[in-house]
Amino acid sequence: MKPIETKQEYSDYVDKKSPNSPILKNCFNAFWVGGLICSIGQIIMDFCKYRGMDETASSTTVSIILIAISAILTGLNVFNKLGKFAGAGSLIPITGFANSIVSPAIEYKSEGYVMGVGGKMFTVAGPVLVFGISSSVIIGLIALLFSH
Amino acid sequence: MDFIQSIDWMGLLKCFVVGGIICIIGQILIDKTKLTPARILVTFVTAGAILGGLGIYKYLIDFAGAGATVPLTGFGANLAKGAIQEIKTSGLLGAFIGGVKASSGGIAAAVFFGYLASLIAKPKIKKQ
Repeated sequence: MKPIETKQEYSDYVDKKSPNSPILKNCFNAFWVGGLICSIGQIIMDFCKYRGMDETASSTTVSIILIAISAILTGLNVFNKLGKFAGAGSLIPITGFANSIVSPAIEYKSEGYVMGVGGKMFTVAGPVLVFGISSSVIIGLIALLFSH
Repeated sequence: MDFIQSIDWMGLLKCFVVGGIICIIGQILIDKTKLTPARILVTFVTAGAILGGLGIYKYLIDFAGAGATVPLTGFGANLAKGAIQEIKTSGLLGAFIGGVKASSGGIAAAVFFGYLASLIAKPKIKKQ
C-alpha cells in the first residue's frame, strides 16, 4: 500500500473505510422519535390545561416531567440506547439537555460529589446555559432600548 | 375519560410533524457537519433565543404547541420571551432577571434530577 501523503488522500481514505452514514434512515428515526417526544409533551400540556393550569405553568410542568423521565431513563441506561438509535430525535428535545446533565453526573460520581458530580454535570449543559442566558440578557437590553 | 375525548388530534399531529422536522434539522447538522452535540445544542438554544427575540418563534408555538416548546429552540425562545416580558415590569433589571426566571423550572429540575440520579444509579462499567 502506498503511503498517504496529502490531506485530500487521507480524507478519501477515511471516506472509503468508514461506513456510509445512512442519512435518510437517521433523519427518519430522528423525525419520529423527536415527534413522539414532543407529542408526549403536548399530551402532558393538554392535561395540565385541562386541570386548569395557565399556559406558562403548563409549559414548565411539561419540561419538568420530560426532564424527570429522561433522568430515570439515563439512570437505567436506556437513554443511551435510544440516543444511538434516534440521534437528534432524542438530543434536540429538552430530554437531550437533561441527558447531557444526568449522564456525566452519574459517570463522574467516582471523582467525588463536589467536583465529580457537581462540576462535570455542566460539561455540555454549561455552554448551553452560558449562550442561552447571555442571549436572553442581550435581547432584553435591546428590547429595553426599543421600548423607549 | 373526559380528558381523552378532549384531546385535539389535529393539534397533536401538527406538534408531531413540527417537533420531528426540528429534530431532522439537528440530524442533518450531525451527519453533514463535524459539529459536536454540545455545539449543536448551543446553536439551537441561541437560534431559538434570536427567533424568540424577533417575535417569530411565537407563531410556531401557536401553530405547533409542544412541537415548538419541547425542542431546545423553545428553551431559547422562552429565555428571550422572559427577558422581554420582565423589562416591562422591572426595567433594566428585567433584562437580567427575566430569562432565567422564565426557564428556572427546567434548569432546577435538570440539576436536581441529575444529582438525584447520581446518588441512585451506578456508573456503567466501561468495556475495554
